[in-house]
Amino acid sequence: MPHGEAATAESFRSARVRRFLVAALVFAALALSPLAIRSVYLQNVLVLTLLYAAVSQSWNILGGYCGQISLGHGLYFGIGAYATSVLFVTWGILPWGGMIVGGVLAVAVALLIGYPCFRLQGHYFAIATLVIAQSGLVLMQNWDFVGAARGIQWPFGPDSWWTLQFARAKTPYIEVSLALLVASWLATVLIGESRWGYWWRAVKDDALAAESLGVEVFRSKMAAAGVSAFFTAVGGGVYAAFLAYIDPDAVMSFRFSLLFALPAVLGGIGTPWGPLVGAAVLVPLGEFSRSYLGGSGSGLDLVIYGALVMAVALARPQGLLSLVPRRRAAP
Amino acid sequence: MTATALLQVFASGLMTGLIYGLVASGLSLIFGLMEVVNFAHGEFLMLAMFATFGLVVFTGIDPGLLAPLVAAAMFVFGAAVYALVIRFAMRVETNRGMVQIFATFGLSILMQGAAQYLFSPDYRSIRTSWLGERTLHVGGVFLPWPLLFGGLVSIATFGGLYLVMTRTAFGKALEATREDQGAVALVGIDCNRMFALGWGLGAALVGLAGAVLAVFYYVFPGVGASFSLIAYVTVALGGFGSVFGALAAGIVVGLVEAFTAVVLPPELKSLGIYALYLVIVFLRPAGLFGKF
Amino acid sequence: MSGAAILELASVSKRFEGLVANSEVSFSVAEGEILGLIGPNGAGKSTLFSLIAGALVPTAGTIRFAGADITALPAPERCRQGIGRTFQVPRSFDSMSVLENVMVGSFVRSSSSSAARAKAAAVLEFVGLAPRAASFAGALTPPEKRRLEVARALATEPKLLLLDEVLAGLTPAEARAGVDLVRAIRARGITVVMVEHVMEIVMPLVDRAVVLDIGRVLAVGSPAEVVRNEAVIAAYLGERHRAA
Repeated sequence: MPHGEAATAESFRSARVRRFLVAALVFAALALSPLAIRSVYLQNVLVLTLLYAAVSQSWNILGGYCGQISLGHGLYFGIGAYATSVLFVTWGILPWGGMIVGGVLAVAVALLIGYPCFRLQGHYFAIATLVIAQSGLVLMQNWDFVGAARGIQWPFGPDSWWTLQFARAKTPYIEVSLALLVASWLATVLIGESRWGYWWRAVKDDALAAESLGVEVFRSKMAAAGVSAFFTAVGGGVYAAFLAYIDPDAVMSFRFSLLFALPAVLGGIGTPWGPLVGAAVLVPLGEFSRSYLGGSGSGLDLVIYGALVMAVALARPQGLLSLVPRRRAAP
Repeated sequence: MTATALLQVFASGLMTGLIYGLVASGLSLIFGLMEVVNFAHGEFLMLAMFATFGLVVFTGIDPGLLAPLVAAAMFVFGAAVYALVIRFAMRVETNRGMVQIFATFGLSILMQGAAQYLFSPDYRSIRTSWLGERTLHVGGVFLPWPLLFGGLVSIATFGGLYLVMTRTAFGKALEATREDQGAVALVGIDCNRMFALGWGLGAALVGLAGAVLAVFYYVFPGVGASFSLIAYVTVALGGFGSVFGALAAGIVVGLVEAFTAVVLPPELKSLGIYALYLVIVFLRPAGLFGKF
Repeated sequence: MSGAAILELASVSKRFEGLVANSEVSFSVAEGEILGLIGPNGAGKSTLFSLIAGALVPTAGTIRFAGADITALPAPERCRQGIGRTFQVPRSFDSMSVLENVMVGSFVRSSSSSAARAKAAAVLEFVGLAPRAASFAGALTPPEKRRLEVARALATEPKLLLLDEVLAGLTPAEARAGVDLVRAIRARGITVVMVEHVMEIVMPLVDRAVVLDIGRVLAVGSPAEVVRNEAVIAAYLGERHRAA
């Protein structure tokens, strides 16, 4: 059997080509799906699925690849949603610009938070991210300039790609959410193949061993936090444009922070497809049970959703993706 | 601000803090025993509050007297949750931390949904308690009786807990299990049974807290969320797993919250707690009373 | 054979809250030699390794590498300067393949992934793990994990390699293969310091040995000198007695 450098490089290249081909097919199918899915209700579910997948992919970069379990990603989502809304509603800056501003702002906040927090271990780190996000929530609830607890209503206007406002059509939001998912998928895969990606996984598996191999552990965590926060915030911006109304609880509550982690964990943490698989199961299930069972807040939908989360977590700890047999580059 | 007013803030902060300590004690006990953070802790509290409410409605007995009954029921519930859910989460070999987070998070959603389904999302309150609207008035300081009662129950519970942990065979086995599971198995203590009893005891402690809170706080399906975050912070400050650390941290949290509400608008009072947590973990990465 | 000193320890001490792990340890390692660091259990060998590799900071004393003071440098920087290490209990990255584990090491010298991959494949060939390149590190047998530790450290292109009990717990045939590997590493011009517990394995392999006991240097010299040393015999006999 041939091995050694040439064979290794060859098998890697073919696996890589296969991976990008599969991705191209999946994303193309999703891009064309509005042609087949005509129901506005189903299109709505699709928007949410893709958006959750994208944001969960962003969480996955820090939580799944670098192993830093953040319970405060709602903060970055909220920063994106608020930056986009405030800039648009107050100064008329188009949401496209607002999303980028929100993303950059979230990176700055993530680095500022990471600097002290990445010295904390395990649960102390997780609770610190939770506490900081919750502080952000309390501040937003009381900050009059951004509408405090009342939130921000986007003005009604004509349908337009510039302002990303569409009264009835859902297709544009499907395409925008998909674009964000593709961007975060590409970032994950491309960075994952680079030195940073290897450093992140080394930090997750064993930080002490990583340091002995020249890995800058602290810098790795900061880099992962920055990339992760950026895409999460852009997701917040898209969500704000989609809803055309935001308030603190609707974009940055603690539950959101957990819901962003959930698809990645249930689909397959630290894998490029885990978040999409997890979101494709969780979001439709949550939405369907809400429509059929949760009418007038009966709560039955939550019972089913909660039971499902427990069942998958317990029955499939490696994530749903592990049900698919993996083809490894056989030596 | 006058001395009396300061004393007033101190007294109500102290009483609230004692209750926070009680709320957090069960979470801390379970964490210390098996390093599991129960993300359904707030919903355990919610369940205990509904149980108290229901018992009051059906029996007409004063909620203060029902507390032991609620605690006993919660003991059974906690042990059942261990046997039906947590036991399986502990067996997992990959991603154990995440599985524990999401198994208990799923449970919290389920419990909230069930409460909404059975009791509707309405806010309820108990109006029949003997403690009800009474207030203790000492030297210019006003303390509502329900709050005072909660503080006293907390002190009594921690006293009893201390005796159980130090004087009984069960307490010693519990302490030994948290220190070294492997060794404990060798001397013939069944870890599984200890864990189940630990979850039972943890839930019973929340049960007492729930019975106390139901007297003066609104009962509704989402009530757990307002207390669970405070409980996490309290447990972390006390040093994960230290039950009596949780009491001390609970008092600190209650006082900081009360004094923050004096300095800042009351809506921002939780910011003081969060800031306290961050300052302390940055200075002492193992919590206020934690061992390094 | 022995050139200039590549590593010098001067009065290095390490205390953990009252417990003394290393006390006034001084010795030097010549470029190109194989030095054995031996001693009974609890002699402070692994702590000393962590001090040299930068995982721990000494309480007192200085460590010099290739002529420069490295006492205060963090572990990743020491790795870049040319110190590689393995761990007594293998610490592989279990969610990654064997090849990917080694790539983490080779990224120290090359920022391109394809160069790092080629380098890692070559190193795996050298240590004899190439057939396992695509397996998950978690699926390796214990002796294979030891080899992976060595491969990872070699991929960082060290000038000095610290091997922590890489020969322990192996069958005689595996141990012979391990000895050959250490010789092959030295033949590449890499200085080797190896901790071993079992004297019989290391003595024929090393040029010199440093014997530690309760954190202090007991003896330094050629294997022949060391095994005749009264203090060393006493320490080892003492241990046999304790073990009995």
